[in-house]
Amino acid sequence: MNIIVCVKQVPNTNDVRINHDTGTLIRDGVDSIINPDDLNALEEALQIKDSRDDVKVTVLSMGPPQAKNALMESLAMGADKAILVSDRAFAGSDTWATATVLASAIKKIGDYDIIFCGRQAIDGDTAQVGPEIAEFLDLPQITYVMDLEIQKDKVVATRSFESGTMVIESRMPVLLSAIKELNHPRFMDIRRIYEAHENEEMFEMWSAKDIEVDLTQIGVKNSPTKVYKTFVPTREFSGKKLTGTPKELANKCFNEILHLNIV
Amino acid sequence: MNFDLTNEQIMVTKAARRFAEEVCEPIAAEIDKEHRFPRETFELLSKYGFVGTGFPKEYGGTGNDKIAQLIVVEEIAKACMATSSILSIHQGMVNCLLKFGNEKQRDEYIRPLLCDGVVGAFALTEDNAGSDASNIHTTAVLEGDDYIINGTKRFITGAGQAGLYIVLAYTEPKLKTRGITAFIVDPKTEGFSVGKIEDKMGICASHTGELVFEDVRVPKENMLGKYNQGFKVALASIDDARVLTVGAQCLGVAESALDLAVEYAKSRVQFGKPVVLKQGIQWYIAEMATKIEATKWMTYYAAQMIQDGKRVTKQCAMVKLYASETAREVVERALQIHGGYGYMKDYAIERMYRDIKIAELYEGTNEIQKLVISREVIGKV
Repeated sequence: MNIIVCVKQVPNTNDVRINHDTGTLIRDGVDSIINPDDLNALEEALQIKDSRDDVKVTVLSMGPPQAKNALMESLAMGADKAILVSDRAFAGSDTWATATVLASAIKKIGDYDIIFCGRQAIDGDTAQVGPEIAEFLDLPQITYVMDLEIQKDKVVATRSFESGTMVIESRMPVLLSAIKELNHPRFMDIRRIYEAHENEEMFEMWSAKDIEVDLTQIGVKNSPTKVYKTFVPTREFSGKKLTGTPKELANKCFNEILHLNIV
Repeated sequence: MNFDLTNEQIMVTKAARRFAEEVCEPIAAEIDKEHRFPRETFELLSKYGFVGTGFPKEYGGTGNDKIAQLIVVEEIAKACMATSSILSIHQGMVNCLLKFGNEKQRDEYIRPLLCDGVVGAFALTEDNAGSDASNIHTTAVLEGDDYIINGTKRFITGAGQAGLYIVLAYTEPKLKTRGITAFIVDPKTEGFSVGKIEDKMGICASHTGELVFEDVRVPKENMLGKYNQGFKVALASIDDARVLTVGAQCLGVAESALDLAVEYAKSRVQFGKPVVLKQGIQWYIAEMATKIEATKWMTYYAAQMIQDGKRVTKQCAMVKLYASETAREVVERALQIHGGYGYMKDYAIERMYRDIKIAELYEGTNEIQKLVISREVIGKV
């Protein structure tokens, strides 16, 4: 069984501050991490690998050369192989263009049974790339997977929604997008950190040429999404501070609640 | 000269930090209070390769990267000094086996100690033999193909938790330190028992206790190193331990104490302002940070020397002395910055204050370090 996991290197948004003049993120000095949902996708692939003997896990990412760090971490967690597709031609790609690139890379990898993605990335929050890859490859897709079972030639997945869950099955090959409830990502294995650095064949870097992607569909020029404006939402409601003795406060609080029609 | 970490070392730092934050830190106060040995944590450290960091690949380690070994202990110590102590003292024991074990012994014992969660312990100290190792009373007498060990060991880290012990005993007491031999002892051997587990001031989750040997029969192939050369076994790994155990721990604890002090001083408001705006506090912080910086680089430098196989006796004793004094001072200052709150067990700094004192005592007291350093500096008179 061959599993491909798509991961994205993102800035650790816990550390990110916002430049209020330009409305953009200040990325200087901020650590890069593997997108959290993607770690759940990788963990699930590795759990499948742990449970049977025939599994090969390949991790795929599109990004600048420094995204190699995220892939090395994936290898240290237990992936067998990592591929970074990196080319100046990809710069500024939106979700459509990114999915185009990743789908081309997946076609080149060729043999696969499951493609895992994280639900969405913490920097863009679109949740589009996974589903777009499935469409480009003409594959069934199951998103928001919170539980998964592999049966002979099909998967049975539990999807999570705000209002409930849905159990759904699909033949393979299939694309699945993982949410954090699916599992708890494992730690890197220190020995594998060294192994991944020593075995050069575990990591490959591919350019646009290598994956035979349609150059008219990628990069900033060919991305259909145009960002009109980015801004930090202003807080329009600030809390109300009540003062008084505990008894007074209880009364004031209750009146406020009544006033707002909460009870 | 290059002070940058390698890619591997950067990744090790990241991995160890996440492990410390997610596994060690949440239970640090609890295992201290309950004096509970963190068995599950040790097994995870073993499973994910932290225990084997710096050790040869053929036994399940990462290869010779002593800086990475130091980093792992430093990061764990930031969250829980007791856990870092358990880990690094265990690594010191494995280091002994690696240096003095014959091929058969290394093949049999090292992999389980690095990869399978088996804890190792080193037993030299006795009631009246601390700094003066020649004053031990445990004996090993040859009888047929076995040595019969009798005696009592004291203050042994890992007592009762270890699955394998290195024990030092007199084979020829008249020869003093030249009559001591080291043995590998399986605690399941008849006549071996664990006595009192000490109730310590700090690092309470790291168990320290007594080992009792009553006619413990050990096959002679369990001799570690040569006959009558046990003292050499004890000394050979002590240099490394002063840096990779004590130096690394002190660095981690001091760094963590400084972070806590800065965080607290920013949030504690007195007289209408955060106390961090007081120059008195700022000067404390400046002094703490400066001493930590000095400790960091002398410790890393010594670890690099160990990795390169250089003679490190003076350097290691200096690290042990300076790092432990610095860490004790920094932690004490950090507690002072916390004011009365720092004296409460709800605050991690209270535990760190009790924990850090051991650094000036174990792996050779600081007075012994000064003896070692002065001998190296002064030379023959």
